Amino acid sequence: SKTTQGITVKIEDLIKSYQKVDEELLEELEEVLITADIGVQTTMEIIDHIRDKAKAEKIKEPEMIKVILKDKLKEILGEFEDDQQLNIQPSPAIILVVGVNGVGKTTSIGKIAHKLKGQNKKVLLAAADTFRAAAVEQLKIWGDRVGVEVISHQEGADPAAVIFDAIQAAKARKVDVLICDTAGRLHNKKNLMNELGKISKIVEREYANATRDVLLVLDATTGQNAIQQAKIFKEATNISGLVLTKLDGTAKGGVIIGISQELKIPVKLIGVGEGVADLQEFDSNSFVNALFGEE
Amino acid sequence: MIFEGLAEKLQNTFHKLKGKGKVNEKDVNDAMREVKMALLEADVNFKVVKDFVNKVKARAIGAEVLESLTPGQQIIKIVNEELTELMGSTQSKIAFSSKPPTVIMLVGLQGAGKTTTCGKLAKLIKKQAKRPLLIAADIYRPAAIKQLQVVGGQVDVPVFTMGDKQNPVNIAKAGLEHAINHGNDVVIIDTAGRLHIDDELMGELQSVKESIKPHEILLVVDSMTGQDAVNVAEHFNEKLGIDGVILTKLDGDTRGGAALSVRAVTNKPIKFAALGEKLDDIEVFHPDRMASRILGMGDVLSLIEKA
Ligand SMILES: Nc1nc2c(ncn2[C@@H]2O[C@H](COP(=O)(O)OP(=O)(O)OP(=O)(O)O)[C@@H](O)[C@H]2O)c(=O)[nH]1
Ligand SMILES: Nc1nc2c(ncn2[C@@H]2O[C@H](COP(=O)(O)OP(=O)(O)OP(=O)(O)O)[C@@H](O)[C@H]2O)c(=O)[nH]1
Ligand SMILES: [Mg+2]
Ligand SMILES: [Mg+2]
Repeated sequence: SKTTQGITVKIEDLIKSYQKVDEELLEELEEVLITADIGVQTTMEIIDHIRDKAKAEKIKEPEMIKVILKDKLKEILGEFEDDQQLNIQPSPAIILVVGVNGVGKTTSIGKIAHKLKGQNKKVLLAAADTFRAAAVEQLKIWGDRVGVEVISHQEGADPAAVIFDAIQAAKARKVDVLICDTAGRLHNKKNLMNELGKISKIVEREYANATRDVLLVLDATTGQNAIQQAKIFKEATNISGLVLTKLDGTAKGGVIIGISQELKIPVKLIGVGEGVADLQEFDSNSFVNALFGEE
Repeated sequence: MIFEGLAEKLQNTFHKLKGKGKVNEKDVNDAMREVKMALLEADVNFKVVKDFVNKVKARAIGAEVLESLTPGQQIIKIVNEELTELMGSTQSKIAFSSKPPTVIMLVGLQGAGKTTTCGKLAKLIKKQAKRPLLIAADIYRPAAIKQLQVVGGQVDVPVFTMGDKQNPVNIAKAGLEHAINHGNDVVIIDTAGRLHIDDELMGELQSVKESIKPHEILLVVDSMTGQDAVNVAEHFNEKLGIDGVILTKLDGDTRGGAALSVRAVTNKPIKFAALGEKLDDIEVFHPDRMASRILGMGDVLSLIEKA
């Protein structure tokens, strides 16, 4: 897969340089985890787990540490294996895409639309980012690119009104999946978060029979702030899945380990580039391998 | 946020020692562990944290703290001083060329805030009785040119574009030419977001640099960036030789440790802080404010200063 090369220390090399399991090894391991953005707290928990397990099972082989570590991470991430599909069955379905500024919402929507079209679904897009300069045009270009219609209003219009119209259009055209783009917003802005609540209400009222998915897009480059983003967006809109973008860079996106553990939201998709096909299903195995610079 | 109170933790660490007499080296080490955790939790890069902590430790053990009656406060003071110094002690601004037009080029990862910041800078520079021109050199991102045109319209600054069929080198050259012919004394070039490891697109920026010799190449960095900030900054600086940094999205609640990482690996000044989506939301960067934000203890510092 098209994921990161290991600029950070490879776990492999690290493990190989030790003869036995000791505190020094654990400390270096701690560094690797933190460098992958796993965060201090989660890292400490993981290291404690490894230390305890190594002690309890009298493990002396450094090589085994790697196994324990990977198992632990996969356990945290793999908990949701049944929930990793987009929630779009049965039709009609509506996917709301939210997140802070510039993480890749609009681009991911283009890619998701492309993917669903490939599965013979009838897809419609709603341009409910009426705030950012040329956000509507951007989504329209994606719509053209993948051959999907876009419902839009003027810049500055009420986003809830766009969603309302798009729902009516989706019903009239018997669309399978309506995907709604929203403006980037920082989670600490109360009024903008309330706006999401308003959108959710419209969906509930106007499209009660629709299957729903609310995707929070997170940028893999983001550090510990992503935890805060996930927490607050979850409170505001009932997030049902995560999309982790920009994994084609050198950032590892390790922060989602802590998010999975704490908030129990599955990662559904990952973004690995700017092209229409650069979207993959999340696989905890390859993610964990990439985390440590292994292909 | 676990590190709401680094200051509090430090005070507690030392409070326990009260009555025990002098603080010893181990006590300082314990305190430094708290500092280290706080910085990591704020997303400061691991290596940068290590170097920093070693430096502070040496100074703390060297003298001041061990003798002090208020060791907790002393440590905070040293940490803050060192941090502020590392952030860059002085404020730096755009260096305008004596032979206009001054050429400014914004570069950075995808979605960092380049296009928006172009508009903000244009507005700021216009207020200084200059006549900026924006150049649309992002030919890749859907509607990037339109976005710059809208932003330019909002601040009433002209936008030069040749569409998305010309390469950025030609666009930049023609834009500069246009500026000279139209009396624009500053040009600001918006470039496409790119990964620091994308050799082809990094090469493109090098070619633009070669052909128009910008006075200021500014790296735009999202303040929410994690550990990877050092890789990004290192690569952009190595390939392009950046002149400064603009930190965006500081209106969020991130601690912004990336600021420290970027600063430490490039040794280039952070020139501006962007604090919102509106085109007024930009200010000159204040290293001292950033230092206390990263530590999450603005209030405590002002108390210590008063004491
Ligand atoms: N390298 C890389 N770039 C990406 C990826 N996903 C999106 N991008 C780029 O990131 C930038 C921002 O993407 P957008 O889709 O506009 O992000 P957004 O969240 O809609 O942004 P706002 O609407 O402004 O909040 C664009 O330049 C995209 O091409 C990815 O997976 N990898
Ligand atoms: N809250 C906040 N949002 C910002 C700030 N600066 C930019 N943004 C938003 O971040 C998103 C991305 O900004 P752009 O200016 O499009 O970023 P870019 O670097 O040009 O993106 P690409 O061209 O796709 O690489 C937009 O939604 C902007 O409105 C800021 O300081 N604060
Ligand atoms: Mg968008
Ligand atoms: Mg841009």
